[in-house]
Amino acid sequence: MTEPGKGRITKISGNMVTVSFDSPVMQNEVAYILHSGERLKSEIIRVRGNLAEMQVYEATDGLKIGEEVGFTGELLSVELGPGMLGQIFDGLQNPLPEIAKQCGFFLQRGVYIRALSDTQDWDFTPLVKPGDKVRAGDKIGFVVEKIFKHYCMVPFSLRGTFEIKSIEGAGRFTIREAVAQIIDLNKKVYPVYLSQNWPVKIPVRAYTEKLKPGEPLVTRMRLIDSLFPVARGGTYCIPGPFGAGKTVLQQLISRHAEVDVVIIAACGERAGEVVETLKTFPAIPDPRTNRPLSDRTVIICNTSSMPVAARESSVYTAVTIAEYYRQMGLHVLLLADSTSRWAQAMREMSGRLEEIPGEEAFPAYLESRIASFYERAGMVRLYDGSTGSVTIGGTVSPAGGNFDEPVTQATLKVVGAFHGLSRSLSDARRYPAIDPLISWSKYKSFIDGKQKERGQTILHKGFDVSQMMKVIGEEGTSLSDYVDYLKAEFFDFVYLQQNAFDAVDEATPKERQIYVFDFIYHILESEFIFEDKDTALHFFLHLRQLFKGWNTTPWQNEVFEKTEKEIRALLLERLKKG
Amino acid sequence: MQKLFTNIQQIVGDVVTVEAENIGNTELAQVITKRGTSLAQVIRLDGKKVFLQVFAGSRGISTGDKVRFLGHPMRIATGNMLLGRIFNGSGVPLDNGPELTDNLVDIGGLSVNPVKRIIPDKMIRTGIPMIDVFNSLVESQKLPIFSIAGEPYNELLARIATQVEVDIIILGGMGLKHEDYLFFRDSLEEHGALSHSVVFMHTAADPVVECLLVPDISLAVAENFALEGKRVLVLLTDMSNFCDALKEIAITMQQVPSNRGYPGDLYSRLAARYEKAVDFDTAGSITILAVTTMPGDDVTHPIPDNTGYITEGQFYLKNGVIEPFGSLSRLKQLVNSKTREDHRMIMDTMIQLFADYRETLEKQAMGFQMSSWDVKLLKYGKLFEDKMMSLKVNIPLEKALDLGWEILYNCFSPEETGIKKSMIDKYWPHMYENKTYSR
Repeated sequence: MTEPGKGRITKISGNMVTVSFDSPVMQNEVAYILHSGERLKSEIIRVRGNLAEMQVYEATDGLKIGEEVGFTGELLSVELGPGMLGQIFDGLQNPLPEIAKQCGFFLQRGVYIRALSDTQDWDFTPLVKPGDKVRAGDKIGFVVEKIFKHYCMVPFSLRGTFEIKSIEGAGRFTIREAVAQIIDLNKKVYPVYLSQNWPVKIPVRAYTEKLKPGEPLVTRMRLIDSLFPVARGGTYCIPGPFGAGKTVLQQLISRHAEVDVVIIAACGERAGEVVETLKTFPAIPDPRTNRPLSDRTVIICNTSSMPVAARESSVYTAVTIAEYYRQMGLHVLLLADSTSRWAQAMREMSGRLEEIPGEEAFPAYLESRIASFYERAGMVRLYDGSTGSVTIGGTVSPAGGNFDEPVTQATLKVVGAFHGLSRSLSDARRYPAIDPLISWSKYKSFIDGKQKERGQTILHKGFDVSQMMKVIGEEGTSLSDYVDYLKAEFFDFVYLQQNAFDAVDEATPKERQIYVFDFIYHILESEFIFEDKDTALHFFLHLRQLFKGWNTTPWQNEVFEKTEKEIRALLLERLKKG
Repeated sequence: MQKLFTNIQQIVGDVVTVEAENIGNTELAQVITKRGTSLAQVIRLDGKKVFLQVFAGSRGISTGDKVRFLGHPMRIATGNMLLGRIFNGSGVPLDNGPELTDNLVDIGGLSVNPVKRIIPDKMIRTGIPMIDVFNSLVESQKLPIFSIAGEPYNELLARIATQVEVDIIILGGMGLKHEDYLFFRDSLEEHGALSHSVVFMHTAADPVVECLLVPDISLAVAENFALEGKRVLVLLTDMSNFCDALKEIAITMQQVPSNRGYPGDLYSRLAARYEKAVDFDTAGSITILAVTTMPGDDVTHPIPDNTGYITEGQFYLKNGVIEPFGSLSRLKQLVNSKTREDHRMIMDTMIQLFADYRETLEKQAMGFQMSSWDVKLLKYGKLFEDKMMSLKVNIPLEKALDLGWEILYNCFSPEETGIKKSMIDKYWPHMYENKTYSR
C-alpha cells in the first residue's frame, strides 16, 4: 500500500479549495488542510489534471495559498457500533455533547471527536463458535444497547466466506478490543470489533434480497395511515411552504411511528427545533417500550448556520446509520428535514465548481442524487432469513411554496407517497395541513379499499360543491349536493384532522382507525332525511361535536362506549327508514 | 510592518484584484488611495491573485494605488464602551466620539453548538397588544417584520426599541434614508433608550459593501453582550437591502444566479445571521427583529421566502397595522400559558371573532343583508381595530387582556363568545353593568 500523498492549496473560493498534488488521489477522498495547528476536514469532489477541488467541511477563513493538505486515502466514513442510540451527532458524526464539553458554547473549527466512546465497555455474548463459516453482515455476537440486542457483525466491507478462527467468550469489551478473529481462504486473518467503519455515500448491501414494501408503517396519524399510507421500507415526502407545519408533523411522526429506531436528520434547518427534540425526547416515554424516546432515537444535526458541506454529508451519515440498524433485523425510520437544504448545499458547491447550471441553478445531477438517496430505503431479507427495513421520509421546502420547482419534482418521481402540505389549510388552522385532494400514496392502506375510496370521493365531491357554492350561493345548491358537502366537511373535521395538543387524539392506533373509519363509512353511505339545509347543517354540527369528544376519549373505555351510543342514537333519528 | 502591494490588476465592480503572497482568506486589507483609505476584505484567492471586496467601493481606485494587508479578519470592538454610540457599517464612529479598539472580536464568528441552547421560555413585552397578546415575542426568537415600502415599519421598530424590556438594544440599519437614520437616532435619544443601545448605521448613500457588514457587526457585538449574561435585542432594517447587496456582489463575482438574480446561497447567508439568535444555557440571549420589505407585497419573492423558512414566524405589517392573519409567532405557545390564565382564551376567541368579522365585511361589500349577529360583529370589528390593532395603542399585556374582555362585553353576550363558563365567571366585566363602553 502506498502512503497517501500530500498537496498544496492553489486556490480558495468560499468553502472550496483547489489543491495541487503529485501522487494519486481518489474521488471523494477525505483530506485534511493543515492550517497553523488546525486540521480542517475536506473531501475531493473533482479532479482535473494535477488539481483536486475539495469542499471543506469548515469555514475557510484565514487559509492561505501554499498551505499543506494531507490526503487520507479513505472515503468519508462513519463509525458504526454500540453507543449511537440517544446520541446527537453533527453531519460528520462528531458527538455534539462531547464537543460542548470540550469547546463550550461554540463549535470550534477543526475539532473532531470519535463518534463512539473508546472507554465504555459492553456486555458481549458470542453467537458463533470457532470453525463456523461466516460472511460480511453475519452476526457473530451481540451486546445490549438500551432496548435492543445490538449485533456485532462481520464487517460489511469484507468479500467472500470466512471461517471463525477464534472468538471471545461472554464478557465486557470496548469497541477497540477485537472480539473475534476470522480467516479467509488464503489464511489471512481479520480481527472483528464491536464497531466497524463504512463509507457514507455507498449503500450497505449485505443482504439476500430487497423485498417489495408491503407492510404498512403505522404513524398513528389518521390522515396518513388511512388515506396516504407509508409502507415499511418505503419512501415518502412532505413538501410544503414555510409555516405549513412540516417540522411539527415530522416531530409527531418521530414520536409515534411504530418502528424500532428513528434517525432524525436535521439538515440545514433551525437549531431551535432540534433543541426541542433533544431536550424533550429524554423525558417522553415511548408508548411501546415505556423507555424514553431518546433511547430509540439518533439525531444527526447540521443546522442552517453550520458549514454547508457538512450539511450535504449529513443525510448520507443518517442513512448509513439507518442501514446499519437495519442489518440487525430492525425497522428503522429516517426522517430528513429538509431535503431542499441538502439540495441547496449541492447547488452551492456546483456553483463554486462553475458547472453548467440546470433549472433554478441546481446541478444537472440533482435528480439522480435525490433518486439514489431515496433508493437506499427498502425492506430487505438478511442472510439469516430475518427482515429489516429503512423507511425514508423527507420534507421538501419548495421556494415560494410552489411544487413545480426542481427539488419537489425530482422527489415526487422517486417516492412512494406524497403528503402535500397547504398553506391555506394551515391558515384555516386545519391540522395536519396535508391537502387530501393533491396527496397520494402507492402503498396499501389497512383500511378496506372500498371504504377508503368512498372517503376520497366524498372529499372531492365536497370540494366541488364548495367551489360551486362560492358562485351560486347556498340557495342555488340542491339539498343533496349540500348534504354531500356537509359529509365531506364532517369527514375532514372529525377524522382527517387531529388535535396535536390532545394526549389521546394526537395518536390513533391502527385498530381504532379501522373501527372509526368503518363507522364513518356507514355515515357517508347513509341517506338522511332533512327538511331543509338548516336542519342538515345543525345535524352535522351536532354530530361533529359528539365525534370531537369521542376522539379525545381513550379507546373503548366507558365514556367512549357511551359517546358511541349517543352518536348512534342521533344518527337513528335522521336515517331514512328501510 | 506589513508589506505594501502595488500591483492592482483588475477592478470590477467593488472587487479589486491585486497580486500578493501569503494572504489569508477573508483577511482584511487597507486600500490606500488619493482620496483616503478604505478597508477591504479578501473574498477569493487564486494563486497569487487576491480578490478584495472594497468596503468604500472601487470608485476612484487607481491601478497604481497601494494595498496593505492587516493579517486579521474584520474585527469590531465590544463591551460597555459601545453603549450610546453610533457607528457606520465598518465600525467607524458617526457621532464624533472616539474610535474604539477594546475587546476586539472577529465578526461572523462560530456557530453555537445546538446542545448548548435551551428551549426559550421568556416573553419579551413590547406594550403592543398585537404582539404581546396575539403573537408574543419570545426571548431568543428570530422574527422578521414582513412589510411593503411605505409602511411604518421603522416607526414600529423605533417604538419597540424604546419601550421593550431588555438589557441592551443593537440597531443595525441597512440602506436607510438619511432622514430615517436621524429619526432612529432622535427617537432613541428622546426616550432615553440610547444609553443602552448601540447603533450601526448604513445609509443608502454609503458604499454597498458596508451594508453587508451591518448584520455581522451588530450580531458580533450582541453575542459578546449575551455571553456576559445580557438579554440583547437586535433590530435590523432593512434586510432586503442586505440581500440586494449580496446579489450585487455575487453578480460582480460572476456567480451563477439561482432565482431572480439572487445567489444560490442566499438561504445559508441569511441563516448564518438569523441563527445567531440564541438563548444560551447559563448566559444571556439574543433576540432578532428584522424588517424585510417584500417587493410587490409578494411573499413568494426569494427574500421573504428564504427568510420565512429560517425565522420562527413573522409579523405582517400592512395598512399601518400588524395583520393578525399572516402574522405568526411560532414560539408563542412556549410563553403564553404562563402569563395569565385567560391569555390564550382571549387570543383565540378574539381572533376567531375577528375572522368572522372579516367574512361579514365581505358579505356587506357584496350587498347581502346584515343579520343581527352581523351587526354585532361589525361593531366588534371596529372596536377591535381601533382599540387593539392600532399601533398607537400602548398598554401592558394585563391591561390589554382586560381591554379584550371589555370589548367582548360591549359587543356580545357571554354565550356568544363561546368562552367556557369558569372563565366568564371570573373575568366577564360585571362592573361595567348598565354602562356602555365609550369610544
